[in-house]
Amino acid sequence: MLSDRELFEQIIAVLRPLAKDGAEITADTDLVDDLSLDSLKIMEVMAEIEDRFDISVPISILSDIRTVRDVILQIQKLLAEAD
Amino acid sequence: MGIFEKFQKLAETRKALEKNSSEFFSVVIEKVISPTEVIINGRSVVLAGGNNYLGLTFNAECIRAACDAVQKDGTGTTGSRVANGTYSGHVALEQELSEFFGRRKTIIFSTGYIACMAMVSTLVGRDEVILLDADCHASIYDGCRMGGAEVIRFRHNDIQDLEKRLHRLENRKTNVLIVVEGLYSMMGDRAPLADIAVLKRRYGAYLLIDEAHSLGVLGETGRGLAEEAGVEDSVDFIVGTFSKSLGAIGGFCTSNHPEFDLLRYASRAYIFTASSSPSIIASTRMALKILRSQPELKHRLWNHAHLLYQRLKDLGLSLGPTPGPIIAVCCENPWKTVEIWRGLLDHGIYVNMVLPPATPDGRALLRCSLSSLHTREQVEKIGDAFASLKAKHPNDW
Repeated sequence: MLSDRELFEQIIAVLRPLAKDGAEITADTDLVDDLSLDSLKIMEVMAEIEDRFDISVPISILSDIRTVRDVILQIQKLLAEAD
Repeated sequence: MGIFEKFQKLAETRKALEKNSSEFFSVVIEKVISPTEVIINGRSVVLAGGNNYLGLTFNAECIRAACDAVQKDGTGTTGSRVANGTYSGHVALEQELSEFFGRRKTIIFSTGYIACMAMVSTLVGRDEVILLDADCHASIYDGCRMGGAEVIRFRHNDIQDLEKRLHRLENRKTNVLIVVEGLYSMMGDRAPLADIAVLKRRYGAYLLIDEAHSLGVLGETGRGLAEEAGVEDSVDFIVGTFSKSLGAIGGFCTSNHPEFDLLRYASRAYIFTASSSPSIIASTRMALKILRSQPELKHRLWNHAHLLYQRLKDLGLSLGPTPGPIIAVCCENPWKTVEIWRGLLDHGIYVNMVLPPATPDGRALLRCSLSSLHTREQVEKIGDAFASLKAKHPNDW
C-alpha cells in the first residue's frame, strides 16, 4: 500500500512534464486553470495514471476532478476499493 | 451570471473561426442536384462529406415507396411505438432486418443517435460496467451518461488495454458490456473485432457493435464489420442507422437474445419518442432490398475509396490507417485547416471539417466520405482539389 506522500509524488511525476516553464505543482494546482489541460489532455493524463497504479478510472469521476488534490483523493479511493 | 455566460469560451472560438472563414457556419444547401452534387452559394459543389455511401437518397424505387406510403398512411404517426405509433410497416422493417442479420429480434428507433443512446443506457445499469472504446460516437457517450452503469474507457483499438481492464473487473462478478464501432466515423478505421470477440468470450462479457458507418459497406453481404471479421456469433447486439447507406433517418438494434424485446418496455428513449413516419419506413425497406440485391453498389464505392486514398497518399497527406469510404486527412494546425477547407469549397468540393476537441487525437481533420454514385470524374476532381491546396499550403498539413 502506497503512503499518501508516495502517491502524491507519483501523480506529480505524471503531471510535471505538463507544467509550463517548470512551474511548481502542488495539491492545489488546478488542472484546467493552472496547467491549461483540455478535456482530451486530462483523459490522457488519467490513462497514464491508470497504467501506473493498475486501476481503471470510471469516466463519471472526471467531472469531480479539478485539482491535483481531487486526483489524489479519487485514486486513493479506487486503490482502496481494489484492495 | 447570465444563463449563457458559461458558453463564452464557445462564443470566442466561434468568433475566431468566423473571422477565418465565415462560410463554415453558413453552409446552406440551396438545391440538391443529385446524391453527390448540390448548389451552395449559387455554385455547383461535389459533396464529399455526405455519408451517402450507396447513394440511395435519390433512388427512384425508394422515392416511389416513400410517396406511396405518404399517400396511404399520411405524413406522420403522431405517436410512440408503445401507443398509437406501431404501423404494419414498422413491424415489417423489424422482421426484414432480423432476417437480413440472421437474428431473432430487431427493434427500430427514430434516429441512429437514439438507437445507440437507448441501448447503452438501458442494457446495463447500476453495479454493471460498460467498457467502451475511447473513440466511440457521442451518442454512445451520451447513453453512458444517461444510464446507471459504471463506465470505463479503453484506449482506441488497443486490445492489450481492453484485456487489462477486463482482467481488473474479473473479481467483480458483474455484467460487462464492451462497446465498439465497425467503422469509426472520424478516421474511418475498423475495430479489431476478431480479437475483441476472443476477449469477450474469454471473460464472459457482452459485446455491442455500432455498425452505423459499416452497414452496406463491409462484409460480403453488407452486414458490416462483424460479418467481415467472421465473428457475428460473438456479437450480442448490433446497432445501426438508416441515415447513411440506407439514405433515410432512423436506427435499429438486432439481437439473438430471447428476452431482447423486453427493452421495448424498459427504454425511455423508445417509449417516449414518436415513431418514424411511414415514408421513412417505406424508403428504408426499399433501400434494404436494394442493398441486398445490388452488391455492385458496394463494389463501386470501394473502387472510389481505393482511388482517392491512393491519390491523397501520393500527395503526401497524413491519412487514416486504411483505405475506405471515410478518408480523413489530418492537419496539425486548426486555423490553417479552416483556410484549406475554404479553399476546397472554392474548388467546388465540400468535405467535413472537424476541429479539436471533437477529433480523436487533438488534430484537425478534413473528412471525406464517398458515395457509390460519385462518378470517377468527381472522385478525380476531389483529388485535384486536394492537390491544388497541397501546392498552395505545402507545410500546413
